[in-house]
Amino acid sequence: MKNQNNTGRPGSIVAGVLAPHPPHLVYAENPPQNEPRAECGWEELRWGYERLRKSLSGEDFDVIIVHTPHWRTVVGHHLLAVPHFKGLSVDPVFPHLFRYNYDLKVDVELAEIIAAEGESAGLQTSLMRNPKFRVDYGTIISCHLSHPTWNKPIVSISSNASADYFSTDVGQREMIALGHATRAAIEKSGRRALLLASCSLSHRHFTEEPQVPEDMTYEHIYNHNQYLWDMRMLKMMRAGESRRVIAEMPDFTDQAISETRAGCLTWLLAAMNFPTTPATVHAYGTVIGTGNAVVEWRM
Amino acid sequence: MTTPKEKQQPQIGFVAGFIVPGMPQPLLAPEKSPGWGRVRAAFEVLRERLDALKPDVLVIYSTQWPSVLGHQIQADARPQGVHVDHEFHDLGTMEYNFPVHVPYADAYIASGKERGLHMRRVCFKGFPIDTGSLVALGLLNPDNHVPCTLVSSNMYADRAETIVLGKAARDAAQKQKLRAVAIASTALSNRLWTKPIDPTEDAISSQKDDEWNRKLLEILAQGRLEDVAQLARQFAREAHADSKLKAIWWLSAALGSSNDFRGEVLAYEALHGTGAAVVELRPGGVSRGEQEFDEDDVEFFRGERSVLSPSSPGSKTPEKARPS
Ligand SMILES: [Fe+2]
Repeated sequence: MKNQNNTGRPGSIVAGVLAPHPPHLVYAENPPQNEPRAECGWEELRWGYERLRKSLSGEDFDVIIVHTPHWRTVVGHHLLAVPHFKGLSVDPVFPHLFRYNYDLKVDVELAEIIAAEGESAGLQTSLMRNPKFRVDYGTIISCHLSHPTWNKPIVSISSNASADYFSTDVGQREMIALGHATRAAIEKSGRRALLLASCSLSHRHFTEEPQVPEDMTYEHIYNHNQYLWDMRMLKMMRAGESRRVIAEMPDFTDQAISETRAGCLTWLLAAMNFPTTPATVHAYGTVIGTGNAVVEWRM
Repeated sequence: MTTPKEKQQPQIGFVAGFIVPGMPQPLLAPEKSPGWGRVRAAFEVLRERLDALKPDVLVIYSTQWPSVLGHQIQADARPQGVHVDHEFHDLGTMEYNFPVHVPYADAYIASGKERGLHMRRVCFKGFPIDTGSLVALGLLNPDNHVPCTLVSSNMYADRAETIVLGKAARDAAQKQKLRAVAIASTALSNRLWTKPIDPTEDAISSQKDDEWNRKLLEILAQGRLEDVAQLARQFAREAHADSKLKAIWWLSAALGSSNDFRGEVLAYEALHGTGAAVVELRPGGVSRGEQEFDEDDVEFFRGERSVLSPSSPGSKTPEKARPS
C-alpha cells in the first residue's frame, strides 16, 4: 500500500470535528467565493470556527474526510472519486444566502481504499466517478469553515439512508461499521486525516426567516426541548463520554429531530474509536432555530 | 347517488393531469431493462397526447425538490446547466436549458399568497434543478416548446397546506387564462433496492407495496383521482409512499378535487424497486357522484408559521418545555 508520507508509519486521525454546515455561516463571513453579501450574523458560531481553525493551525494533515447529510444515498455509501471538481453550488433551500464557487481536489486513492475497506466489512459502497457531479453544499460548507484555504484534498462520503429505511438503531450500526472501515483505510493509506462530521445537533427549522436574514433579534432555539437535548449531548462530549453519546444517539436523533439522523456524528465517533478524551466545544449557537456546535476531538 | 353524466372539457385552466415517475432510468437508460423501456414508451405516448392538448404551460410538482422555507416556485426565465443524479450518477448526465413561463410563475406566487401560503420566488443562476423535474421535461417536452413552472415539495407541509398549494396553481391558470397541464412527478411506493441490481430483474421491492400500487392504479384508471388522494394517508402507512403521496394531494386539488376524470394507466413498472406509474387524467369523464371526504377540503391555509419572533404582531411565543 502506498504511504503518502513515505515514513512507513501507519496513517492516523489528527482530529475529529463536529462541523455543522448552515450556509448562513459562510454567508455571514463574506468570502470571495460566495456571491451574496451579508452585514454580520451568527458570530458566536463563526468565532467558534475561528477558534477551531486556530487550534488546527499547528497540525499538519494530508486530507480532510467529510461525512455529509446533503448527499443522501440509498444504495450504499458513495464517495467522490473524481480528482478535481469546480462549479457553482447554489443551496436549494437558501439560494439567497449561498451561491458559492467551489474548486476542490479529491484524494481519490484514499476514497478507493475506504470503499474497499467498507466492502470487506460487508457494507455496500460506490465510487462516484461522474465529473459533472455537483458537490453537495454540506461538504463545501463544512470544509470551507474548517479549512478555508482549500489547499488539502478531500474525501466526501454520502449519508446512507439506512436510518430512514429501517430505524435509527440500524442506521447507527451501519455508520459504526463505516467509521471503523474509514479508520482502517486511513491507517493503511498512511494519511494523516482531519475528519469532519457535517451536521447540526437539534434540527427543527423555522419555516420563515426575517426580511434581513442576519437580523439576530430573530435568532433563537426552536424550542426548549431541543436546547435541553443539545446541552445534554454537549455535556457528554465535554466529559469524554462518547460511548454514552452513541448509546443515547437514537433517542436524541428522534426526539430532537436531529441531523445526526444522517449518521455523520456516529461515523465520526466510531472512526475515532469512541474517544474518552474530553472534547473541546468551540461554540454552540442556533441558526434559523436549529442547534449547532463546533466540537473538536484531539487524537 | 347522482346520475352519471358527461362533463365538459375545460378550455382554460388545467386541461389534463399526469402522474409520472421521477427516477432517471427511463430518461438515461431505457435500453437496460424491458420494464424501464416500457416506462419510456409510455412517456412517449403521453408526450404525443400532451402535444395534442396544445398547452400554454406545464406545471410540475416534484417530490425530489424539497423545500423548508415555504413553497418555492421556479421563476428563472431560462434555467440551464447540467445535473447528475445523487444516487444513479453512473447512468449519465442531464443537460438542461428550458423556458419557464414567468407570468404564470408570478401569478402562482400571488395566488398562493392570497390563500395564506408562504411562497418564495426562485430566480438564481445555477439553482439546482432536480432529477424528477428534468425527467418529466426531458421526456414530455424534449424540444422545450412548452414553457413550464416548477413547484417544490415542502417537507413540513401536510395535506391541508398541499391541497391549498394545488388550488393556488388552479387559480393562477384560470386568472391567466392559460391552458395548463399539471404534472405530479412522484413514485407510488418508494422503497428502493438497497443494493445494485441487474436491471433486467428489476421488480417492486415488496409484494405488499406492489399490491397497494395496483389498487391505486385500478382506482386511477376509473378516473377517481380524489379518491386516491383520500387514500394517501393509508397508502403512505402501508406502502412506503413517496413523500406521503403528497404530490397526489397537489394534483387532485389543482384539477378540482374530483373523481370525474377519464383515467388511463399507460405503464406500471419497477424503477430500482420503486412503483413507477405513468398515468393520464383528463377532465370530462363520467361523474361518479360526490366522494366521501374524511378531512376538510381546505381553501385557505391558516397553519401557524409566525414563530420567528415572539414580539411580531400575531405571532405566538415559541413552544416551551412542559414541566415533567
Ligand atoms: Fe443540513
